[in-house]
Amino acid sequence: MSIRFLKTHEWLNGNKVGISNYAQDQLGDIVYVSLPQVGDKVYAGKSFCEVESVKAVSEVNSPVTGTVVAVNEALNDKPEFINSNPYDAWIIEVEIESEGELLSQADYDKLIA
Amino acid sequence: MIKLTPLYDFHLTREGKIVEFAGYYLPIQYPTGIVAEHNAVRNNAGLFDVSHMGEFEITGDNCLQFLNNLLSNDFTDLTNNHCRYSLMLNDNGGMVDDLLVYKFNDNKYWLIVNAGNKDKDAEWVNSHLIKGVNFTDKSDLYGQVALQGPKAEHILAKITDRIPTENYTFIDGVELFGQQCVLSRTGYTGEDGFEIYIPSSIAIKVAEAIELAGKDDGLLCCGLGCRDTLRFEASMPLYGHELTEDYLATEVGLAFAIKMTKPKFIGRQALEQNEPIYRRRGVELIDRGIAREHSPIYDGDNLIGEVTTGTMSPTLGKAIAMVRILKSYKGDTIEIDVRGRRLKAKFVKMPFYKR
Repeated sequence: MSIRFLKTHEWLNGNKVGISNYAQDQLGDIVYVSLPQVGDKVYAGKSFCEVESVKAVSEVNSPVTGTVVAVNEALNDKPEFINSNPYDAWIIEVEIESEGELLSQADYDKLIA
Repeated sequence: MIKLTPLYDFHLTREGKIVEFAGYYLPIQYPTGIVAEHNAVRNNAGLFDVSHMGEFEITGDNCLQFLNNLLSNDFTDLTNNHCRYSLMLNDNGGMVDDLLVYKFNDNKYWLIVNAGNKDKDAEWVNSHLIKGVNFTDKSDLYGQVALQGPKAEHILAKITDRIPTENYTFIDGVELFGQQCVLSRTGYTGEDGFEIYIPSSIAIKVAEAIELAGKDDGLLCCGLGCRDTLRFEASMPLYGHELTEDYLATEVGLAFAIKMTKPKFIGRQALEQNEPIYRRRGVELIDRGIAREHSPIYDGDNLIGEVTTGTMSPTLGKAIAMVRILKSYKGDTIEIDVRGRRLKAKFVKMPFYKR
């Protein structure tokens, strides 16, 4: 399954979740990510963490409902990785129970155009 | 109506991310980003549009008497071509604004005021005018750029040989593109640097000339975002955050700008009658996270203050904050409530950053 998006600019790729290039560009330099913990429940369309840039705080919504099975601890030391490589910088990996309303790459590109 | 600065097209050409700030459209950052722009100023140089700042001209025979009553600092020993920082107090000892005074000569001064306060400042100044003093708001005639950073002087030397050598001095009548500019060695970043008051018609030309002159020296065009992080690291207060109408001027750590030795100035009586209850201090977060403005501060269950500015310091790589906290609090650490989470922080010395 290829990458898909929430309207609120989060991506789901396989069972990994991150934020889109558009989202990181809007936020600017990211300096802190408040990671959830393995075992936490996440809910489709609901916030599961906060990403902070120098100027703003933004909530990150989960594209899926399920349980967190891994968090990207590397973001603790290098949150700016989200700016430089938004599609490699996954935030959590989820054991998926159900999906939210997801857009294809083409539809997402139309949304932000 | 939101105003454009004379450099608005300059920002658009460079794809500045435009926001509304204090009634003006200004770039919060360029595509380079806040951190890169911040670092450029610390390591090389940065060019800012600060045209939104207000230029108030005070002229006449009684300028000194007028300013010494209107403002908290003492201008008696201010010499020509020097600048001095001051607060302008209300009758309750709170702050109408903070500003920079430029002395051209005994009969001519400029007050450089905050954009967001321009209108109320003008009203305040007008309502206290005395005989022999005239006031003109020159803000719309001038653009202003700030060239800041360790390489600022080297870059400026490529476009003029009239450079003020001392901090807080200025030269009037520096000719650029056939017009007269005011050039001061001042700034709001904690670095060496200059501010140039430019007739609006040549503002873009001057900005382009500086940008070109700094091309090989790592100069970046900088937005409001890093202006804030730079002044914050240097622990300089920002009106509306560390300073307000409601905070007592003796609570904000700017004693150097309040001269109680003067027998009379607006707000003096209130400062005499009211003991400061709060103080401005700096903290570094021990727990992971960022304390933002207005986050409440606790000692156990007791509310003891709030954050006035807080972010991740690009230069120090640490989350730091300026806080307004009860003077009576004697602990070494505090707890800051960040959206329901209590983050521990410890007091550190200000300025957080010193060149």
